Amino acid sequence: MKILVCIKQVPGSTNVEVDPNTGVLKRDGIQSKMNPYDLYAIETALNLTEKFGGTVDVITMGPPQAKSVIEEAICMGAKGGTVLSDRKFAGADVLATAYTVSQGIKKTGDFDIIICGKQTTDGDTAQVGAEVAEFLNLPNVANVLSVKDISDGKMVVTASQDDKVAEMSIKLPCLISVDGDINTPRLPSYKVKKGITDDMIKFLSFDDFDDQNVNNYGLSGSATNVERIFPPEKNNEKHSIEGTPQQQADELYNLIRRIKLV
Amino acid sequence: MYNKLTSEDIKKLIEIVGEENVITGESISADYAHDELGTVKKMPDVLVRVTKTEEISKIMALAWERVIPVTVRGSGTGLVGAAVPVCGGILLETTKMNKILELDSDNLTVTVQPGVLLMELAAFVEENDFLYPPDPGEKSATIGGNISTNAGGMRAVKYGVTRDYVRALTVVMPNGEIVKLGAKVAKNSSGYSLKDLVVGSEGTLCIITEAVLDIIPLPKISLSLLVPFKDMKSAIEAVPKIFRSKVTPTAIEYMSRDTILFAEDYLGKKFPDKKNEAYILLTFDGNTETQVNEDMNTVAQLCLEIGAVDVYIVDTEERKKAVWSARGAFLEAIKASTTEMDECDVVVPVNKIDEFIRFTHKLAEQTGVRIPSFGHAGDGNLHIYICRDKLSDAEWEKVLEECFDKMYKKAEELGGLVSGEHGIGYAKKGYLKNQLGDLPINVMKGIKKVFDEKNILNPEKVCF
Repeated sequence: MKILVCIKQVPGSTNVEVDPNTGVLKRDGIQSKMNPYDLYAIETALNLTEKFGGTVDVITMGPPQAKSVIEEAICMGAKGGTVLSDRKFAGADVLATAYTVSQGIKKTGDFDIIICGKQTTDGDTAQVGAEVAEFLNLPNVANVLSVKDISDGKMVVTASQDDKVAEMSIKLPCLISVDGDINTPRLPSYKVKKGITDDMIKFLSFDDFDDQNVNNYGLSGSATNVERIFPPEKNNEKHSIEGTPQQQADELYNLIRRIKLV
Repeated sequence: MYNKLTSEDIKKLIEIVGEENVITGESISADYAHDELGTVKKMPDVLVRVTKTEEISKIMALAWERVIPVTVRGSGTGLVGAAVPVCGGILLETTKMNKILELDSDNLTVTVQPGVLLMELAAFVEENDFLYPPDPGEKSATIGGNISTNAGGMRAVKYGVTRDYVRALTVVMPNGEIVKLGAKVAKNSSGYSLKDLVVGSEGTLCIITEAVLDIIPLPKISLSLLVPFKDMKSAIEAVPKIFRSKVTPTAIEYMSRDTILFAEDYLGKKFPDKKNEAYILLTFDGNTETQVNEDMNTVAQLCLEIGAVDVYIVDTEERKKAVWSARGAFLEAIKASTTEMDECDVVVPVNKIDEFIRFTHKLAEQTGVRIPSFGHAGDGNLHIYICRDKLSDAEWEKVLEECFDKMYKKAEELGGLVSGEHGIGYAKKGYLKNQLGDLPINVMKGIKKVFDEKNILNPEKVCF
């Protein structure tokens, strides 16, 4: 079984500035890391190959330094990976990103399962997975909590649908986006890191793709334009509950009910 | 010997702190009779919540005049009964004195009241790009408690312990006088260091009401390595070799697979790796990625050469959280795995840790009780827990005595001491006496007498 995981390099911190002219995140000079949600996708893929056999590859789109997330995935157990990198891809929104990734996947090989994280911590759109599936004409399930079985060319998954969990059967090849916190991603191995060779990481650019219409990529291929990005307001409100243990317990219960935590 | 509190005394206490801060009789929660470990139990006659140095001064003047015992309590997270009012009397709670008074970036100090929690102080200084280096596992402990026990924590390997960061203290003497010890200066050769005597005195000499603490610029980069070994012996043996490589990690912790499994159960979260018997967890910090990576590479390479199964990189916030949250929960996790437990916080020379741990394993075999442990491999401070499980009262008492006697004896034999960071309090004073002998104990008693002639402050603790 061949599994491909889509991953992304994101800023290491939430305090990221936005270019006022383009509405694009300023990534230069900022420490970066792998999108934390992608770690759950990689762990899911590795668990599947441990159980059913096969290999895991990864793919990412970004500047050449995005190579480091491929290396990180290899340190976790992936066989190798591809970086889709070209100036023409810069400034892409979800649509252009999904299109570029789908073009890249077509050039990377045939896969039984493509796994994405739920969303990224920089864009937070949670749309790229579904759109890649659409461009590749693959069936797709989002918010996957677990893979229960794979047999007879089908995979049985459970997926969160807010107030309920659905169990679904999906035909292979397919694309799934996994929810956050569904597993504990393994740590990257220093031992493996030392053994990484150049041939494990491939670079693809615009010239390698089938679709040579430049207007389908990057800023010009984007259907949307980000006007402003800002971190959510921080809430430092503190509420202290006084009274006897019984009164405190009652008030705490009423409070968490009021804000619908139970 | 001590006078009982009268209604007249209660009236005076109410005049000092207000009615809402004086709690008596059944209105006092049973939690105030014990600390975190709960083996020492005694209710106070009155619980008084204080907010100011002056209030404490007035209360002590009253207690001094009336000869009423006073015990100070912070969050009650101690493990040796130091904050338990074993003679009854007044229990003075400092948690309402929880203000951070000043951040002095010229002198690199932060001034705090004693009820500030360690986690609050850590978060505050970090927001301002500073670090308060002492990092004991119990983040909800108060700074007053940390100073009183000279708490150590995980970063002791590189940065030292609480005492190294206390520059000045404002204290209330047992007779109510307010005194300032130390000063906001970097050097001090001005007579006996009373400030250092108060640090670690477990609330027996005077009451800390304000502290000036050192801070350092926050290191910009920090990362950890989780290093699995096939057994505890190889894991612990790696530690002196790491020191010999001349790299100083910020922390070196050791943990066994068993303890990790308890933490998983307790937190309901899986640990990133548990295929191996033993692990050491190292942290490196510094101001440049190049320097931290260089240290990390030296140690990672060395660990592989001396037989580590692998070296896992813990570099992002998420990974640090997954690993360190488990480490932070070990005490609670072991507690949750048994019916009752007692602990031993010995400290031995770093190159004797392996021998001590092997000794505890043998002891567990001989006595038939579970003795899980974890601790600070980098500074020789071990946390060893004796679990009661299904033992009867009589069996428990017997086994506890046997295990403690043997472990403290072994620690002494290896050149170690009774407590690395939890203190002596009430529970461990017999072991301290056994180890130190008459002369040092009598000197301690003499010091106590100079501070507190009437012996009203936290009586029956440490050296009594």
